[in-house]
Amino acid sequence: MNPARKTSLKLARPKSAPYVSTTNACKLCTPLGACLAFRGVENTVPFLHGSQGCATYMRRYIISHFREPVDIASSSLGEKHAIYGGSQNLKQGLQNVMSKYGPQLIGVATTCLTETIGDNVPMFVKEFQEEHGGNGHEAAMPLIVTVSSPSYHGTHMEGFHQAVRALIDRLAEPAERTASVNLLPGFGSPADIRHIKEIMTDFGLTAIILPDISETLDGPILATYARIPAGGTPLADIKIMSGSQATLEFGATLKNQDTAGKLLETRGGGTLYQVGQPIGLRETDFYFGLLEVLAGRPTPIKHVLERGRLLDALVDGHKYVFGKRAVVYGEEDLVVGLTAFLAEIGIHPVLCASGGDSGYLKEAITAVTADLLPNPPQIRGGVDFYDIAQEAGSLAPDLIVGHSKGYHLARRWKIPLIRVGFPIHDRFGGHRILHLGYRGAQQLLDRIINAILAKKQEDSPVGYGYL
Amino acid sequence: MEPAIFSERADQIHRVGEQPFRMACNRESLAGAVSQRACVFCGSRVVLYPIADALHLVHGPIGCAAYTWDIRGALSSGPELHRLSFSTDLQETDVIFGGEKKLYRALVELIDRHHPEAAFVYSTCIVGIIGDDLEGICKKVSREKGLPVIPVQSEGFKGNKRAGYHAACQAIFRLVGTGSTEGISPHSLNILGDFNLAGEIWIIRDYFKRMGLEVVANITGDGRVGDLQRAHGAALNVVQCSGATMDLAKMMQQKYGIPFIRVSYFGVEDMAESLYNVARFFKEPGIMTRTREVVREELISLYPQLQKYRKALSGKKAAIYVGGAFKAFSLVKAFRLLGMQVVLVGSQTGTEEDYRELEEITDDGTIIVDDSNPLELTSFLKEKKVDIFVGGVKERPIAYKLGVGFCDHNHERKEPLEGFIGMLYFAREVYNTVMSPVWRFLPRRSASH
Ligand code: SF4
Ligand code: SF4
Repeated sequence: MNPARKTSLKLARPKSAPYVSTTNACKLCTPLGACLAFRGVENTVPFLHGSQGCATYMRRYIISHFREPVDIASSSLGEKHAIYGGSQNLKQGLQNVMSKYGPQLIGVATTCLTETIGDNVPMFVKEFQEEHGGNGHEAAMPLIVTVSSPSYHGTHMEGFHQAVRALIDRLAEPAERTASVNLLPGFGSPADIRHIKEIMTDFGLTAIILPDISETLDGPILATYARIPAGGTPLADIKIMSGSQATLEFGATLKNQDTAGKLLETRGGGTLYQVGQPIGLRETDFYFGLLEVLAGRPTPIKHVLERGRLLDALVDGHKYVFGKRAVVYGEEDLVVGLTAFLAEIGIHPVLCASGGDSGYLKEAITAVTADLLPNPPQIRGGVDFYDIAQEAGSLAPDLIVGHSKGYHLARRWKIPLIRVGFPIHDRFGGHRILHLGYRGAQQLLDRIINAILAKKQEDSPVGYGYL
Repeated sequence: MEPAIFSERADQIHRVGEQPFRMACNRESLAGAVSQRACVFCGSRVVLYPIADALHLVHGPIGCAAYTWDIRGALSSGPELHRLSFSTDLQETDVIFGGEKKLYRALVELIDRHHPEAAFVYSTCIVGIIGDDLEGICKKVSREKGLPVIPVQSEGFKGNKRAGYHAACQAIFRLVGTGSTEGISPHSLNILGDFNLAGEIWIIRDYFKRMGLEVVANITGDGRVGDLQRAHGAALNVVQCSGATMDLAKMMQQKYGIPFIRVSYFGVEDMAESLYNVARFFKEPGIMTRTREVVREELISLYPQLQKYRKALSGKKAAIYVGGAFKAFSLVKAFRLLGMQVVLVGSQTGTEEDYRELEEITDDGTIIVDDSNPLELTSFLKEKKVDIFVGGVKERPIAYKLGVGFCDHNHERKEPLEGFIGMLYFAREVYNTVMSPVWRFLPRRSASH
């Protein structure tokens, strides 16, 4: 056992809450994020090195949100492997995935178990590849990317970002300078990624988006069953990312992390722009501004019109939302974007909370809301739903904005929950929610206002037909 | 691409009538095969979680607790402590220096906050590796706080779900026998192996009540610590689903001399037979008369309602892949009652005996499979041209992507499927999916028409 083994992840800071125990976590474990990221790469199978339970639980969790088959292979370690090491099972598992799925890439993430017993995964993988080299297997041999993702270290978002970074580290080669733009969008919905791609195309930009879950986690029904869903970032594209003119990395709280974007920058991947997720008006304006520079042309009329319609809706709806008090929670970057948007429309975010704890949540939220909010919201990282309930209980919120695990709070306080992000297990179509861009803001606005109106209508003794 | 079946798994698949029966099972899952199985921890969590006035603390990193937060529809008629997800959320320092201190403080904090009747502390993989003294900490807290604090040895890697059932039974067994049995009727029983998904145990309790029997403890659906403590006062243990609580029944028989019978509440035949078996045990004419009355009343209202479904569904083909094999027996019969044919049946953790029984009750050509995976399942569903697949959440998208109807018959279900009334819900759900017009528009179907 060698838990002190150095990993590329930073040491998690102590929980800022006074409690020792966790009740109803507002985060998920690190390898889950890694698996999600690997799912956004073309012809790739995610693989968890650990015992069977973790893989099955994560699959179940992801499937309930996306309603897609999600095959995550596992090395299925048993007791003897936990004691003597998991190299044998890892290799057998890789072999089996190779022969049955025929992937171009296998993304191997470690779990708490294999990190704690100190399995040297990169070495096992190297051995595996050597054992299979020279046997005529070279052609069939997939690329194998490993990521160290113990869950006692950060949340699923760290796992996600680390997997993206590992992909670039392993795949990106020195490449000729091109006009393309790298986009590292973080963890959005498939609808978000589709919209982002659409915007890029409209700008005439060639974009390499990593990961791209727009099809792999929201696939069409087909005549034949695909063992690995089509779509995802092509490996050939990842290879040439270091030749792109610029890299856009979404993530307002990634500052102190050793991110994929920073790595690309050191590999010659053009200028790095670390920006917040384009949620709400101003963050989206900023994003479009950047695209104008990168594309060397003004925003296409289609999006100018979308912006105009959004502004029109903001005006039409401003009175319904002004002064309402909201609790926002979820992944840190999403929370930053949502808070910015809520502040823009006159809603007061009274508590912004996340299970993640990068240490930059406060700074990032202040940056996007300072000129809009008379009183800064309470901002809390590293919390669970018990903490959130404790904090927000006295803040008398009118609505909650977050994923579906906060439903019990909405029920207790009898206020609407606007479902965003991941996971959404209690509604249909959660993975098709659009958060980004003018269009995403428009849709969020409609949902927020309608939730407020529905509540007003239900509470009214008259039940007005006009509101 | 290679065929879907792994050569290592060939002996875990059996085709009825095409070969002599032989079935390998209770093996570790094949690495890289994307098993649908969970872990030991999952097994004990399934069994113990519905005890509603106990604290369930998962000692480990966050995932194990987060993924099991209120995922099952186990309802409670009173306290709902079981619906919260407690974890020690181990961090790197805990892994290095040991998690005992954190566990102790977490337990004390949670007990003071929630005042549970008992606490269960589940160990996960990592705890097994760092070697925390769970037993010791539990003892200490139990002494200090004056309530049972019970370690559940459920390190995920120590086997499959079955081992978790065993760990759960041992944990419950520590409670049994610690309460007073005063005033318990000689015509009494415990319900074992029902988890009150969607309120199912309430349906079953109602039958027993109408038969004139007293239910001492629900084990564990809508369960209470106090009832478990006096469960040894019951005259009979009625055990559903061979896998989960059989060990507990055996332990109670050994120590307290309580006999047990195995039952199933799924499907009309098995439901009626289960009630009659219980009535027979008590050897009292009044009970048998009342039981006949219960069955008669239920069937009179049920049969006419089933006819519409039976008419529409006759001749359709069904596939079953569930956690425990015992449930599959009843499902095979239930489909037969609807005039349907089962062409594939499998489970995550069946025993050889289970599979042998399945082979006996299924038709020639039926595929029987142990610890299957998405690739195999899709190839079977396609080969057999199935109309409906019965499974859990992980199986659902497999069916849907193939354009096959689906019925959720796992722990996550939110519709009651037990009891006579459950057969009606089941028939309705099967009908609702099989008869939907959407399948007609799918590329695979239209290509083959
Ligand atoms: S860590 Fe172990 S106990 Fe937790 S889900 Fe994974 S296999 Fe199960
Ligand atoms: S052991 Fe770690 S990786 Fe596995 S489910 Fe638990 S937290 Fe996640």
